[in-house]
Amino acid sequence: MGNRKQLEIITESAIEWLIRICGISAILFVFGIFFFVFREGAEFLFGGLDLWQFLTSPEWYPTSVSQKRYGVLALMAGTASVTLLSMAIAVPFGLGAAIYVSEFCGPKAKETFKIVIELLAAIPSVVWGFIGLTLMNELIITLFDAPIGLTVLNGGIILALMSVPIIVSIGEDALKAVPDSYREAAEALGSTRWQMIYRVLLPAAKNGLLAAVLLGVARAVGETMAVLMATGHAVKIPGSVLDSVRTLTATIAAELGEAPVASDHYQVLFIIGILLFTITFAVNLIADLVVKGIKEQ
Amino acid sequence: MSNDTKYTITTDKLNLWYGDFQALINVTVNIADGIITGLIGPSGCGKTTLLRCFNRVNERYGNVTTTGEILINGKNIYDDDVSLPELRKAIGMVFQRPNPLPISVYENVVFGLRVHSRRKNIKKSEMDEVVEKSLREVFLWDDLKDKLDKKATGLQLEQQQKLCIARLLPLKPDIILMDEPCSALDSESTRAVEELMLTLAGKYTIVIVTHNMAQARRVSDECIFMLLGEIMEHTRTEEMFLTPKNPKTADYIEGRYG
Ligand SMILES: Nc1ncnc2c1ncn2[C@@H]1O[C@H](COP(=O)(O)OP(=O)(O)O)[C@@H](O)[C@H]1O
Ligand SMILES: [Mg+2]
Repeated sequence: MGNRKQLEIITESAIEWLIRICGISAILFVFGIFFFVFREGAEFLFGGLDLWQFLTSPEWYPTSVSQKRYGVLALMAGTASVTLLSMAIAVPFGLGAAIYVSEFCGPKAKETFKIVIELLAAIPSVVWGFIGLTLMNELIITLFDAPIGLTVLNGGIILALMSVPIIVSIGEDALKAVPDSYREAAEALGSTRWQMIYRVLLPAAKNGLLAAVLLGVARAVGETMAVLMATGHAVKIPGSVLDSVRTLTATIAAELGEAPVASDHYQVLFIIGILLFTITFAVNLIADLVVKGIKEQ
Repeated sequence: MSNDTKYTITTDKLNLWYGDFQALINVTVNIADGIITGLIGPSGCGKTTLLRCFNRVNERYGNVTTTGEILINGKNIYDDDVSLPELRKAIGMVFQRPNPLPISVYENVVFGLRVHSRRKNIKKSEMDEVVEKSLREVFLWDDLKDKLDKKATGLQLEQQQKLCIARLLPLKPDIILMDEPCSALDSESTRAVEELMLTLAGKYTIVIVTHNMAQARRVSDECIFMLLGEIMEHTRTEEMFLTPKNPKTADYIEGRYG
């Protein structure tokens, strides 16, 4: 008996430590990655790079022989335009589907729907890029009579299709977490399904729904391969959705292999990495603050 | 009971199944207008189920089948032309666990108006008046008049339950159904809510489910005793507790079932 107790105490504390190490290592990894990226770009960031020009100039000529220029405004515009378009498509579709699955579906249809959504989420991004490069490209050329189909529109639609599964599944979780007693209370007061949904359900689930949307945004900002293939690789500020663009992520992916290690070009790509890091960090921070603000009301 | 008693709720051979489990068996009752009717019986006998038939919230569960008739003010509520929102407007319900909506106190009270009003914008002054009147009627106005913007889910349980009653009043219901409205409250709050029920009686027809014998005696005018999905006895409350006709009622009242 005594032995067994001792053993239990040992395994208990061992498990506790294991879990603690898992937790701490997650934090360490995040800082480690940030540190590494930062170190690779630090030298040029603090010596040589004109930060103002970097952020405000649309001229990206990292390999020019006569005059190298490192302006990422056009790349940021590329990321922003593709992300905004994809969210304009994915948010209404994703939230609508989440509401449908959680409130209107029978149990059987729900199962099927969830499997389909999971399948959609499991498609590798390079396959999405492939669809953008071939099918969507031709579709846009014929539909809009455009010279090229690799555009903001193409990338936005592809990214929307990639973000919808995230928004649906997280959004559905958020709706499912709303106690059924709220629905029952509203319906017993005579509200219709729709009134119940927009007066009770959506306000009650808004934190979770916001999280769903922001995870979708993060997915869209960070996605690389699909947008690299679908947006046409033109460094310019887009004037319409039928213009080609290039995103921050696509630039890193396309150029890092060719930039000589430790050259200015190489370091600038890491600085773009830091920029991406900062953008996603800001999105998360804003989300946290908004959620906290909602809670305190 | 004289012949000219007006009945608000009458059921005729009502049967209800959850899947293939029969929860109500041949229930035929007449619930009189303007009084408090208590619904008592051991746990699991179908009190909640019967109550939830009257405003058809039972149908929220997918596996429910019903046969028989329920007439509310003479109208069969299973007729095709019955609109559920209208039915539920006329029949308010108070649940076992207080379930205010996760919005402000004010919005809870006017929720029914907003949902049922054809007009897009109800005048603010009109709503303010309704809120004050409803909260006064449940004796909450003095406590909550400065907290109208507070989230209702953060109130004390007693206040929450009173608020759940208050939010029914702007719709001027005929009937208020209460499912063990005090079971989540302490004894003092229970007394307060019981007093409230007594002030509401007369204006509304009230049906209250309770497993608390003493409460049934204190508040109800008539009592219905149910056992295993069937109605055993329905008489005036004093009669039921002093001279029960059915030996099973006597057993229950004397505490021989759970
Ligand atoms: N949603 C449901 N699905 C299946 N069975 C149910 C459901 N609700 C209640 N029941 C069953 O119906 C019977 C009556 O329940 P209920 O009306 O809640 O009793 P009471 O309120 O008198 O305690 C119980 O046996 C219960 O298990
Ligand atoms: Mg019950």
